[in-house]
Amino acid sequence: MLSERPISPSTLSRKDLPWQIKWDINACTKCGRCTSVCPVNAIELGVFRKREIKTSMGLSAKPVNEFSTYYGITQRTDPAYACIGCSMCNMVCPNNAIEPQRQSDSTTLQFQNNRGGQSRTRGGRRNSSESLLDQLKFIRISMLTDPALDAGRHEFEMRTLLGRVLSPENEIKCFQENGWKPPVREIYPLVIGGMSFGALSPNMWEGLQMGVAYLNEEMNMPVRICTGEGGCPPRLLRSRFLKYVILQIASGYFGWDEIIHAIPEMKEDPCAIEIKYGQGAKPGDGGLLMWYKVNKLIAAIRGVPKGVSLPSPPTHQTQYSIEESVAKMIQSMSMAWGFRVPVYPKISASSTSLAVLNNLVRNPYAAGLAIDGEDGGTGAAYNVSMNHMGHPIASNLRDCYKALCVAGAQNEIPLVAGGGIGKNGNLAANAAALMMLGASMVQIGKYVMQAGAGCLGSEKDRCNVCNIGVCPKGITSQDPRVYRRLDPEKVAERVVDFYLSFDTELRKVFAPLGRSTSLPIGMSDGLGISDKDAADRLDIKYVI
Amino acid sequence: MCRLFALTSRDPVSPMLAIDALNVMKEGHDGSGVGLYLSGLGGPWEEFKDYPILSGIFTEPGLARVFEYMADKGFRSIYSAMFKPEVEPPVGTPVRGTYASIAYKIPKEWDDLPKAVVDQRLVQMRLDLRKEGEESGQIMVFSFWPDTIMIKEVGDPLAIGEYLQLGREELYARHILAQGRQNTNYAINLYACHPFFIEGVGTMTNGENTAFIPIKEYLQSRGVTGYEGYQSDSEVFTHIAHYTTKKLGLDISAYKHIITPMNDDEMADHQDREMLLNLKRSCRKLIIDGPNCIIGCLEDGSMFMAQDRKKLRPGVVGGNPEIGMYAFSSEICGLNAAIPDRDRSKDFQPMHLDTAIVGPDCREVLQCSQKDPLALQR
Ligand code: SF4
Ligand code: SF4
Repeated sequence: MLSERPISPSTLSRKDLPWQIKWDINACTKCGRCTSVCPVNAIELGVFRKREIKTSMGLSAKPVNEFSTYYGITQRTDPAYACIGCSMCNMVCPNNAIEPQRQSDSTTLQFQNNRGGQSRTRGGRRNSSESLLDQLKFIRISMLTDPALDAGRHEFEMRTLLGRVLSPENEIKCFQENGWKPPVREIYPLVIGGMSFGALSPNMWEGLQMGVAYLNEEMNMPVRICTGEGGCPPRLLRSRFLKYVILQIASGYFGWDEIIHAIPEMKEDPCAIEIKYGQGAKPGDGGLLMWYKVNKLIAAIRGVPKGVSLPSPPTHQTQYSIEESVAKMIQSMSMAWGFRVPVYPKISASSTSLAVLNNLVRNPYAAGLAIDGEDGGTGAAYNVSMNHMGHPIASNLRDCYKALCVAGAQNEIPLVAGGGIGKNGNLAANAAALMMLGASMVQIGKYVMQAGAGCLGSEKDRCNVCNIGVCPKGITSQDPRVYRRLDPEKVAERVVDFYLSFDTELRKVFAPLGRSTSLPIGMSDGLGISDKDAADRLDIKYVI
Repeated sequence: MCRLFALTSRDPVSPMLAIDALNVMKEGHDGSGVGLYLSGLGGPWEEFKDYPILSGIFTEPGLARVFEYMADKGFRSIYSAMFKPEVEPPVGTPVRGTYASIAYKIPKEWDDLPKAVVDQRLVQMRLDLRKEGEESGQIMVFSFWPDTIMIKEVGDPLAIGEYLQLGREELYARHILAQGRQNTNYAINLYACHPFFIEGVGTMTNGENTAFIPIKEYLQSRGVTGYEGYQSDSEVFTHIAHYTTKKLGLDISAYKHIITPMNDDEMADHQDREMLLNLKRSCRKLIIDGPNCIIGCLEDGSMFMAQDRKKLRPGVVGGNPEIGMYAFSSEICGLNAAIPDRDRSKDFQPMHLDTAIVGPDCREVLQCSQKDPLALQR
C-alpha cells in the first residue's frame, strides 16, 4: 500500500458508502463463504500487515518493531463494487461474523454512481417508504346489524369480474336476442402482475405457476398470474394451466411469435390478454431486459439472439395514436381467440389515464383497464425514472372510478390497480382500500417476490441488482449457478401461504364494514384519512 | 331497528289498523317517526283513481305556492283532503301546517303523450316542488301519483295517529305500508322516513345497508328521473325495485335475484342458470349487504316481502283469504294484533331464497323461491 494514496475527486472512503460491512475479527473463521457469495464483489479477502513497537523493561534493550500479517475481510470502496446491503454474507456466515450496516448519513456514493457517464440503472421499486395507502383507515364499522358479520363464519364472495360487463338493459336484450356477449372471467381480486419469464428466473417462474395452480385446484381460489412481456414457455401454452394465465403483450412484442404459433394447439384459452402500454415504475419508458439476463433459453422464447439487451419502445410503435392503438390492438387480440378472451390495456398512472379510459368506455371489446401507480416495481430501469416519475395510484384510480360513475359504466369496465400495494407489508389493508376507492381488483409484483421468494429489496435502496442478473436470491437471475438457490416448491408454498392469509385478512376488513356478498368496490364512505387535503382529493371522510 | 307493518285488503281499511300493529311492536323502535304509504284508496277517492294526488305537508304560503305552480302547469285540483291539526302536537313533533292530499286533473295537452313521458313529468314536478320546499321550508312533498297518499311525521306512531286522526274515512286504503322508525345513522329528516316511493313503487326496509354508496352512485348514473334524494341508506331499495320492474321489465320475483343473487352452488342446477349468472354480473352493483327485510307495494296493488340471507329474524306474512286481508309484519306480534282470526299454520316466513307476494286479489301468499324457474316479463 502506498503511504500516500492518490486521492481523486471520486475517491471514496468507507464512510461514504451507505452500506458498510461490520466484520468481527474474533468470530471470523476465515471460511471465505461471504466473499464467494457476495453478488457485487463488495468484499474481498484482505491481507493486513501490522506493525507493533515492542519496548522492553529497563533501558538495556532498544525497542523493536514487530511485524505481523493477518487475514480478514475488506470492503471495496470503488462505486462499481459498493455493497448493496443484501446481507447474503451474513446469511452464509457460520458465525455471524459479518453483516452490512446502513449509514443514513453516508450519502456521497449517490454523486458517484454514474461512472463513465452511465446513469445508474437498477431493479426494484421507488426508494421511498411513504405510502398513502397505509394512511387510509376503515371507518364505517357496522354496529347496528343483527347479526354482525363474522369474518370467520360467514360466507364471503371473494370474487371479482374481469371483462366487459354489459349494462343490465343490454344484458337482457342480448339474452333475448341471443347476441354476442363479451367474455367475462370470475377471478380472485388479487392478481399476480406482469413479471416476465426473462426478468424472473425459471425457478421463480415455475414456483409462481405452481402456487397459482395449487390455489386454483386445491384451495378453490381462482387466482390469476400475468406473464409480463417476453412470451410464455411453450409447454405452458399448450397445457391446461394456461387458463390461470393472463398473457401480456408489450411494445417489444417479445415472445408473441411463440404464442401465436401455439394458438391452434392450445387446450384452453388464456384467462385474458393484457396489452402493456406502460408500467408505474417507469412511465413513458419501455421494457428493458439487459444483456446479462438474455441467455439461450430466454433468447429462444423471445425469438432474439442471445446476449443482447432487449429494450422495448415506450409504446406500441406500429400504431399512430393511443386511440388507434387501443382500438386496433384490442380488436385484433380479441379476434385471435375468436372473441372468447377478455383483452385490456395496462397503462402507467398518469394525467392521461382518463383519456385512455374514455376511449375504452366507447369500445365494446375493451375488457378493463389496468393502472399502475408510481410505487410499482420493475426488473430494470433508470434510477431517475423509478425515484421521480409517475403518478400515485390512489388519486388516479379514484379519478378513473368517478369518471366511470359519471358515464354510468362503473360496473362495466373493471379497473385493476397496482403500484405499491403492500410495500410496507400491509397487503390486505392496501388492497381493500384500493377496492373501496374503485378498483375491481388489484395486482402485485414486488410483494410476491418479497413474500414468495424472500427478495431482499427494500425501500431503502437495499439490493436492487435485479437488472444485472446477479440476484443473490436467484429470483431475477438467468444464471443457473445463482437461481439454483431458489427452490420452486418452496416458492409455491409461500405463495399459497400468503394468499390464504391475505384472504383471511381481507375478510377481517370487510366483515366489520358489513360487506360479504359482493366486494366493496367503490364503497368510499367506509374510508377515512387524517389528512385534510388527501381526504378532499379522494372524496373520502376526513377523520382525526 | 325499525318495525315494519303492511296490510293488503280487498276492501279499504283504516290505516289505524297498521298503526296499532306498530304500537304492539313498540319495543323494537324508539318511536322517533312514522311513515305511511296508502294506495288502492277507498272512500271519496274511488272516483279519482286516475288523477295524480299530491301529498305532503304545507304551510299557508307553501300551499298557495303549490296551487300557483300547479296552475302554471295547467293542472286543476279536483278533490282534496286537507288536515290541519287544531290540538297541541305530541312531544317532539313540530307544528307544521296542513297535511294535504290533492288530486289533480292532468292538462289536455298531455293526453297524446306516451305514458312513460307523463310518468316522468309527474316525477319531475314532485322533485321541483320538493326542491323549492327545501329552500323555502314551506313545502314538503312525498308523492305525486295516482291513487297514492303518503304521510310522514316524526314522533311516536300511535300519538301521531291520534294527532293526525289517521282513522279518518278519507284515508281508508286497500294497501298500506307503515313503518315505525328507529332513528339510525342519519339525522332525523322527514324525507329519510320510510316508506319511499317512486312511480307507483313504494317500499320500506329495516336494517342497515352497508352498500349504500356504491348502489346510490350506480342508480344515480342510470339517468332515471327521480333517482335522487337518498336521505336514508335504504332508500335505494325502492329505486332498485323500480329499476327491476319498470326499467328492466322483470317480474317482482326477480327482485331478489338482483339484490341478493344466489351463490354458485345454489345456482348450479338452476334451469335459468345462464340468465341468472348474467343478471348477477350485470347488476352486481345492486347487490345489497346487511340484514335487511324489505316490504313493498307495486302499482297494481301486489305486495311483497323479501330479505337478505343474513337476516336472522325474518318478517312474516299471514292473513285470511275469507275476509280478504293479508299482513306483512316484521314481528309476529304485529300480525297477531292486526289479523288474529287466521289460519296460523299458513303463516309464511320468507327465508333467504324466498319472496312472498300477495296479489291485489288478496287470496293467497305466493311463495317464490330463487330456485324456481324465472318469470321474466311482467
Ligand atoms: S451485504 Fe451483500 S453486497 Fe454487501 S458485502 Fe455482504 S454479500 Fe456483499
Ligand atoms: S433479491 Fe433479487 S429480486 Fe430482490 S432486489 Fe435483490 S436482486 Fe432484486
